[in-house]
Amino acid sequence: MTWTSLDTWIVITGILSALACAIPGCFLVLRKMSMMGDAISHAVLPGLALAFLFTHSRDSLSMFIGAAAVGVLTALFIDWVNRLGRVEESAAMGVVFTTLFALGLILIVRGADHVDLDPGCVLYGAVELVPLDTVSVAGWPVPRAVLKLSVMLLLNIGFVCALYKELLISTFDPALSDTQGIPSKWMNFLLMGMVATTAVAAFESVGSILVIAMMIVPAATAQLTTDRLSGMLWISGAVAVASAVFGHLAAITLPPLVGFEDTNTAGMMAVVAGLFFTVAVLFAPRKGILSRLLYQLELTLKVLQEDLLGMLYRLEETPTDSPEFHTEQTIEEALLVNPFQRFLTTYGLKKKGLLKYSDSGWYLTDEGRERARKLVKTHRLWEVYLHTHLDTPHVHSTAHRLEHSIDESQLHQMDQELDYPDIDPHGTPIPRE
Amino acid sequence: MEALQDSGTWEQILRVVSLSDYNTRVVILGTTALGIACGLIGSFMLLRKRSLMADAVSHATLPGIAVAFMVMVAWGGSGKWLPGLLAGAALSGLLGMGLVLVIGKYTRIKEDAALGIVLSVFFGLGVSLLGLIQKMREGSAAGLESFIYGKTASMLTSDALLIGAVAALSIGVVVLLFKEFCLLCFDQDFAAAQGFPVGKLDVLLMTLVVLVTVIGLQAVGLILVIALLIIPPAAARFWTEKLLPLAVIAAAFGGLGGALGAALSAVVPKLPAGAVIVLTNSLFFVLSLIFGSARGVLVRFRQQYQLSRKVGRQHLMRALFECTEDEHREVVSFAELLACRSWTSSRLRSLLGRASRDGLIEGSADGVRLTSAGEEQASRIVRNHRLWELYLINYADIAPSHVDRDADRVEHVLDPATIRRLEELLKEEQKAAPKLSSPHPIERSASS
Repeated sequence: MTWTSLDTWIVITGILSALACAIPGCFLVLRKMSMMGDAISHAVLPGLALAFLFTHSRDSLSMFIGAAAVGVLTALFIDWVNRLGRVEESAAMGVVFTTLFALGLILIVRGADHVDLDPGCVLYGAVELVPLDTVSVAGWPVPRAVLKLSVMLLLNIGFVCALYKELLISTFDPALSDTQGIPSKWMNFLLMGMVATTAVAAFESVGSILVIAMMIVPAATAQLTTDRLSGMLWISGAVAVASAVFGHLAAITLPPLVGFEDTNTAGMMAVVAGLFFTVAVLFAPRKGILSRLLYQLELTLKVLQEDLLGMLYRLEETPTDSPEFHTEQTIEEALLVNPFQRFLTTYGLKKKGLLKYSDSGWYLTDEGRERARKLVKTHRLWEVYLHTHLDTPHVHSTAHRLEHSIDESQLHQMDQELDYPDIDPHGTPIPRE
Repeated sequence: MEALQDSGTWEQILRVVSLSDYNTRVVILGTTALGIACGLIGSFMLLRKRSLMADAVSHATLPGIAVAFMVMVAWGGSGKWLPGLLAGAALSGLLGMGLVLVIGKYTRIKEDAALGIVLSVFFGLGVSLLGLIQKMREGSAAGLESFIYGKTASMLTSDALLIGAVAALSIGVVVLLFKEFCLLCFDQDFAAAQGFPVGKLDVLLMTLVVLVTVIGLQAVGLILVIALLIIPPAAARFWTEKLLPLAVIAAAFGGLGGALGAALSAVVPKLPAGAVIVLTNSLFFVLSLIFGSARGVLVRFRQQYQLSRKVGRQHLMRALFECTEDEHREVVSFAELLACRSWTSSRLRSLLGRASRDGLIEGSADGVRLTSAGEEQASRIVRNHRLWELYLINYADIAPSHVDRDADRVEHVLDPATIRRLEELLKEEQKAAPKLSSPHPIERSASS
């Protein structure tokens, strides 16, 4: 791999467009309008074609105006079809953007004599060619696209900073926003304008697919990791930057491994963003699938451990002639668990010093007995409570579920309310100090 | 349209329309079959609110095509064996669709974002893989790009046959499982409760979507096939409220759009067939939006207009009746009427004009009065209004001073059966007041 100044410019272009897209993207994802980004970035094609046909040049400005106008129109059309025709919104999007795309294709083919426009570069861009088209800024040759994207990014940042409160409220509670004098409908059109202009500014260099990817994927990744809008904006920005950097790295380092030179950078950036999303789906704190599994496992273990403590305590309560041995097997049978679960349970208890192992089997330590006594007390108090206050006929299984989720002060309160009973509904004494 | 000025143009149109040209025949039959299948399957997607699923699926097929190409090249093939490419496309399309459903179900990400994620990441992967293929020595991957934009005009007989076969298959499945799919669309929980394998039916429907998408890829391209799945059903929706007619009309629109579009592009040079087919369908959509007999804009505007006319007439009749009710006079002046409700004088004048044309009122020197027909209608309207007011007072516990406005809104839509029930419910009150006078003082008589 050789890193040249070309690569630097490509990465900078990628970072700028990814950031510029990620900002409006957060709002699209939160408003459940993600596909609007997709619709708009496909639908700008006729705008481009018309701009070409009228001006006969690939002049950036006219192209930008044409595409941005059609982009905003797309949002309007979708709104019309949705409300006037009462067509469900996703279908309305599908109708409008495919129609405009088809129109754009026809315009391009009909006008092929006059303009040189490849629909392919609309879809997957030509970020590799960006560094070749430069303008001079203070004597430095800077790619035109970098300049344009910087302006776009600054505009987006400025827009969000200026209207942060308004965007926030109209995104999460449009009705409240209307009553507070912030017309949610106009906020929506402003946002659509931002989406359209960003899409147009970015897709010329990175292609509409990367535009869609950078609008949706970083925002969705961020949504998995935070519950705050500001946090979401920052995290999605970070994911966007990382996707751009690692995407280009992947595009120039991975193909040589299988004997090729390199591949499409924009495509790889989208793929890397997808990888970030996958990681977030699996490992995000609290919301990731694995984190949730882990939490469930912890809860299961806690319940199992408490059940074991309670069981051992109850066995100690009944006087027997010979001391009972609690071997692994008896524990597994009593708790209906497999050896692995049993191991996790006893190991955890042993580590906490609540359980000890002797040659004859497992037994409670003093500390363990104290914990167990509290659990059993909770259980029996619950039974009394359910029996007297809720008139539940079968109290045991319900109490069994409830005993794991109550804290000391609540227990005390319940005890007080029940007037410190001595026995539970089954006639078993409630253990006290 | 310079082509149309050629002397041979009419001959060419004739050749296209009569399907005498072999190539054109293949293309037109192929696109027609594709349109029918897409319209049919798309109907169910529309009702399940999953129209944009087609978007994700069609984009998600690209990496499958690329991988299939690479695998076939690695095995020493040419890499362009169509069934292989399509199988790859179908597999990765299914995978993409499955991922959308999994993300939507197991994470807090909503379905719309899940669609966007799958479509962009899969397409990005596809583009990167195509980038690799272009650099392969066996490369000549130019053919693969045709999957993105389609190559309708160069459709081969075998392609058309494949499309026909898949179309026949999907029509067959839909005919056989119509009742099941219908349940799935309208009441999934009920279907499950009745013992239908909802999950499997869903997968089957999704598989059909992937199948028609994949055969459409080659014909009209990755993006325009979405249109064929979404636009005809959306257009058909304006004509009917029932599923069977919806599916039939959507299939007809799809087929017709396919045939017309392909024919048009065969007649006029430099019109890409895929795009023309989509635009033909869009035209159907716009026409349906305006003229549709069930939900079209014109029909709805007419209904609204008629309702507002009826409401206006009833308000006028009631105002006339109430003005003269307890006074022994028949003529009501214009100014008096104007004060009755918040209507403008021009609105009141047009209402009066219409009522007199209908023979309900007649003008006199200092105002208007009800004819005998008008009297009858007005007393019925007033009676309905007061019945409803009584009902609201007795049963809904609304203060007498507030019932007038509530009754005002409901009285126009009371049907005879409801009125009979109201009368039964309110028998006691009616006995007490045989003429059914207003339960509250009529405000304007005080002011006038």
